[in-house]
Amino acid sequence: MRFVDEFRSAEKARALAARITELCEPGRQYKLMEVCGGHTHTIYKHGLEDYLPEAITLVHGPGCPVCVIPMGRVDDAIHLASQPDTIMTSFGDMMRVPGSHGSFFDAKANGTDIRMVYSPLDSLKIARQNPGKRVVFMAIGFETTTPSTAMTVLRAKAEGLENFSVFCNHVTIIPAIKAILDSPDLRLDGFIGPGHVSTVIGCRPYEFIAAGYGKPVVVAGFEPLDILQSIYMLMRQLSEGRSEVENQYTRVVPWDGNLAALTAINQVMELRPYFEWRGLGFITHSAMRLRDGFRAFDAEALFEVPGVRVADPKACQCGEVLKGVLKPWECKVFGTACTPETPIGTCMVSPEGACAAYYNYGRMNRHRVVEVEVSRP
Amino acid sequence: MCLGIPGEVVEFLPDQADLARVDVSGVRRVINIGLLADDRPEPGEWVLIHVGFALSKIDESEAAAALQFLEGIGQAYADELAALAESRIE
Repeated sequence: MRFVDEFRSAEKARALAARITELCEPGRQYKLMEVCGGHTHTIYKHGLEDYLPEAITLVHGPGCPVCVIPMGRVDDAIHLASQPDTIMTSFGDMMRVPGSHGSFFDAKANGTDIRMVYSPLDSLKIARQNPGKRVVFMAIGFETTTPSTAMTVLRAKAEGLENFSVFCNHVTIIPAIKAILDSPDLRLDGFIGPGHVSTVIGCRPYEFIAAGYGKPVVVAGFEPLDILQSIYMLMRQLSEGRSEVENQYTRVVPWDGNLAALTAINQVMELRPYFEWRGLGFITHSAMRLRDGFRAFDAEALFEVPGVRVADPKACQCGEVLKGVLKPWECKVFGTACTPETPIGTCMVSPEGACAAYYNYGRMNRHRVVEVEVSRP
Repeated sequence: MCLGIPGEVVEFLPDQADLARVDVSGVRRVINIGLLADDRPEPGEWVLIHVGFALSKIDESEAAAALQFLEGIGQAYADELAALAESRIE
């Protein structure tokens, strides 16, 4: 497993960190956003911030699909699931996300038929086995999971399944990044680009960030050294005054993405005029819906969906956390009223959520950081 | 759900061109390989799997690194593997 160790070695990490430190301009502060929740997880699991010079702050982005689903959509989903002769299927990640009257788990405990599935294709099987029931798949996720839903709908159509539909909540990463770039709250210097989303969309869609906003982007893998190397590549661009899109994760991400996946999405889905994101509000052209040709598989066409907008609980500051304006532990309810067992906000639910990552690994790091700062001369 | 998990392609399903049996940490399940139609993986090759679909081919050393990393992150991978074990794609 020498190869594995190469991605972990503390010695290599320190060497990279030293090169990163050399690239820092004296007196300048750098804010780099890791867009993807998987990266946030790695950063806190391995305490990567401890390796970095103080001048660099990592800001957590909105790339956690469970975290960005607004409460109203959870309520809508539970409403759909509660219809007569209906089975809702969902990824496990979604089950504990609170709506205004509880989560999927709460609804299930009250007798609503909500079943966890690993894949949308498992929902197809449930539909085949239950011809008298309507099976609705709660589709969530960025471009990493969108092709799977599209392929599943194509399969359902090919089979002529009449009792399967999708409640489509797929979101797209680019408009969210743009919303953050346009937000006056935050000045960012560069982006650690999402790894697996880029497997599908490739690296080209980020070019507007480099060309239009003058910010470098480096698409990164998920190992600790992948992330440190990406930070090094961002810092090198900044020190040389360049802003380009670079791919650190070439061993998995092709520059042009996965054409078959993009074709499947485009065949089945189209952009919605707008969609509400938790914490980011309404963003134009930021989510997908099924095309008219697939209305027979679109839960929003087959069922009445209440579509009531629900404000987040007052105490919850997930919005600020998702935009990177607040660190998770700066939220008033973090770790007290809001924990992974009893989440108030979505960021505490998913293992990819910044709050859950902090809660599971980060609190210790915070103490460590404080200690380090105290002990510095 | 967003975790990409590496699996080794074991065999194709005889009557379904886009389905393949894979081995993920000893769990053998069927996944869809339709998104790799342009660059179809052969038995013995490794793929990165998201929610029952192979999204990209990866080489064996990358797969080993990714698996060890995933095992290291603990509960999230355990949950994903448990979900995969429940899966019955056909």
